[in-house]
Amino acid sequence: MSNLSVQFKGVSKKYPHFALENIDLELPTGSIMGFIGANGAGKSTTIRILMGLVHQDNGAVQVLGQSMPSQQAAAKLDIGFVSEDMRLYGAATLAWHMDFLRPIYPRWDQPYADKLLRSFDLKPHQKIKGLSHGQRVKAALLLALARRPRLLVLDEPTTGLDPVARHEVLQELMAVLADEDRTILFSSHNTLDVEQISDQITFIDRGRIIDSDNKEAFLDRWRRLRLVLPPEASLPRLPGVVEVGGSSRLPVLTTNRFEPAMLSVCNDLGATVQAVDTMTLEEIFVANVHCRRERLTA
Amino acid sequence: MYLQIMGQVKQRVAVGDWEPGQEIPSIRQLAVSLSVSVITVKRAYLELEREGIILTQQGRGSIVAPNPDLAPRLYNEEFSEHLEQVVRLGDLLGLSGEEIAHRTKEASNRLSETRFTKETL
Repeated sequence: MSNLSVQFKGVSKKYPHFALENIDLELPTGSIMGFIGANGAGKSTTIRILMGLVHQDNGAVQVLGQSMPSQQAAAKLDIGFVSEDMRLYGAATLAWHMDFLRPIYPRWDQPYADKLLRSFDLKPHQKIKGLSHGQRVKAALLLALARRPRLLVLDEPTTGLDPVARHEVLQELMAVLADEDRTILFSSHNTLDVEQISDQITFIDRGRIIDSDNKEAFLDRWRRLRLVLPPEASLPRLPGVVEVGGSSRLPVLTTNRFEPAMLSVCNDLGATVQAVDTMTLEEIFVANVHCRRERLTA
Repeated sequence: MYLQIMGQVKQRVAVGDWEPGQEIPSIRQLAVSLSVSVITVKRAYLELEREGIILTQQGRGSIVAPNPDLAPRLYNEEFSEHLEQVVRLGDLLGLSGEEIAHRTKEASNRLSETRFTKETL
């Protein structure tokens, strides 16, 4: 069996005002992928294609070894999906929803559902319409988690949650990963959440994947160098520079291919390296999007 | 983030929470209990192994290296790090090497004075 839970190969989808172009994506079993993009970047469309809810124009999609959308019924037995536009019945209680789902999914785990009720601080006999936004999100997550799916697909699971609820949700997501046969894909524009729990990170912008790598490699190869240039010296040419800021005497270079050898290159050219700053995922994301958009308009 | 995890592991080893030869949590277990991604903990364990603080055996998990003088070594590393910080800050203030040494001596005198007053109280 393949050790990829999700695989996209050259997937495209055209709409009148938006196009998803040539999406390649691989998610190894047992890991978490954070899928980051601005609003309207194509995160939800990609996830809908993954779920078979939208059919791609071109390209192949394999989810848990099933090809989508043709084998979606088989695949969906093993996928837990939560998104913002998925509503629970307002007039019913969470207990009613659990009773409804239990006979459909053979792996439904009631003791785990009970544990989640406690850790998410939810009341099973309260009607859904009386719940806050955060409680609704947690209720939907509980219903997905208790099915013990092999793949969890979460569209913006932490958006709009207060810090306590976010912490509870992230903790439960990591607990899922204690079993190395389970896999999670979640989209977010909260880079802090993604930075904390993701193994793989994928950036999407304007319908294209602009970067995808494991998190440690991502954080390792992006650096900001603060230089001091002597008068009339020219800027050292370094690999992977995506942004030059600061002033002409005190330039700040952002590179996505950092190597320690760069420092001696700078020194040889007479430039003093004042500092080598690591970057947060948010800074990396913004620099990445800017540089790509500039290249497109240039 | 992996540096923070390395720091925490080193501290537990230094204070004797985790003893030499003792089995430590697997990468996945530690990731779940800290709510931090598996890949970050894996990176921390790899670096800790390179520094000789832990030993990882394929399929059998990781143990603290059976090295009795780990604690002094860890304190020594931390000491060197702090010294470098002191020199760097001294440089920024324009202090000479002698002046930095002199200030270090002064700080040490102050510390032994407070220790002395505490003892006499």
